[in-house]
Amino acid sequence: MVSREDVVEAVKKILLEAETKLSDDVVEAIKRAYDEEEGYAKEILKAILENVEYSSKNKIPMCQDTGIPVFFVELGRELCLDFNLYDAIREGVVKATKEIPLRPNAVHPITRKNSGDNTGMHMPLISVDIVEGDRMKIAVMPKGAGSENVSALKMLLPSQVNEIKKFVVEVVKNAGGKPCPPIFIGVGIGSTFDGAAKLAKKALLRNVNEMNEFELEILNAVNELGIGAGGLGGKYTALAVLVEMGHCHTASLPVAVNVQCWANRRAWIELR
Amino acid sequence: MLLRTPLREEDLLKLEVGEAVYISGEIITARDAAHVRILEFFERGEKLPFELNRSVVYHCGPIIKKNHEFKVISAGPTTSARMNPMTPKILEKVDCLAIVGKGGMSDEVIEALKGKGVYLAYPGGAGALAAKAIKRVKAVYWEDLGMPEAVWVFEVENFGPCIVGIDAKGNSIYKKVEKAVEENFRKIISQL
Repeated sequence: MVSREDVVEAVKKILLEAETKLSDDVVEAIKRAYDEEEGYAKEILKAILENVEYSSKNKIPMCQDTGIPVFFVELGRELCLDFNLYDAIREGVVKATKEIPLRPNAVHPITRKNSGDNTGMHMPLISVDIVEGDRMKIAVMPKGAGSENVSALKMLLPSQVNEIKKFVVEVVKNAGGKPCPPIFIGVGIGSTFDGAAKLAKKALLRNVNEMNEFELEILNAVNELGIGAGGLGGKYTALAVLVEMGHCHTASLPVAVNVQCWANRRAWIELR
Repeated sequence: MLLRTPLREEDLLKLEVGEAVYISGEIITARDAAHVRILEFFERGEKLPFELNRSVVYHCGPIIKKNHEFKVISAGPTTSARMNPMTPKILEKVDCLAIVGKGGMSDEVIEALKGKGVYLAYPGGAGALAAKAIKRVKAVYWEDLGMPEAVWVFEVENFGPCIVGIDAKGNSIYKKVEKAVEENFRKIISQL
């Protein structure tokens, strides 16, 4: 039986983990780039790795932009909840903001007034999938603005399947040094306007060192751009390209590119 | 190379793109909202509550914990390009200035920095490392703008590595990289 308190505590726990510690696959990818780079890029990657180690050792956020909280929940259909799941996640965010502490980033879109606790209209962003079983899996991906702001979505024509790779490379070229490269790239292909964006974001939850041929091909193309760590030039503009696909309308081809900085922050927890 | 504040013009003018520098002394945070307000002060002919001449402006929205005193938790750079429209107008009014941020700045800023200042790149996202070099919060202004947008005056020691991205002679690493990236882009696209 999962209680409201379990969810509040779980949200605090995974937010702390995501903000202060990168998962092994991500660190491995950064280290590989560090080994192969030279010049400014190597210097930047060295600082990044020192930063990652220092923040995890001292349990402080690795980046001052602690992002806005984005949650992906897999809810086992056999679980019976006697509380409002959304409210519990929201409370976890409010508490985490105060206790970790996180930077209050959520503002009203027009007045720009800061809510002070990272919640507000449709915030935190929570997406729930009902799955088989009696467990609940909560994943959090706090997303900073530097990388989010250079993300893009394009409704391609069905005849433009060959343009997909070009679009990804173009988005990365336009982003330049702004999103804190070396970046991770989530790509959503197909589904709908909104669905493609969700797939792109969800793709970033995957192990970054497991890429298929299609993904590697895009990664290689992106790295030929030469933007490099910090935008100062180098071999590694991106460390991974992760693609998720969905069936779409016969007349459309939505493609979403969600850019993630080197701090590919995410954490999970399972409750039952 | 170690830069101390208040900055000496001759030190700044000597710096060349690609050099790594560290900063000791004072750095002043300012991002979007603070830039807008600085320009409003200038327009009204009012004196700023802090000193911009010979100072270091840091594009940063830190996380600060407020108990009995302020504690800097994480304070890495924010994307400098957002400050492009305001920066040349600010540079008109100051003696010399070092700007610390990430991602580079526009042609207009490169022009405005000539003979006057430099742009230094701090590793993006390395907020914990930056906070480690911040010894204390000396002052805070315009807290009404909210924690990230307020103007924080930090005392720092060996703050870096800051890589000279734009020097006072009009050289920019970003511009060089951008040009190469454009060429590479055309080549990649034609092959895909």
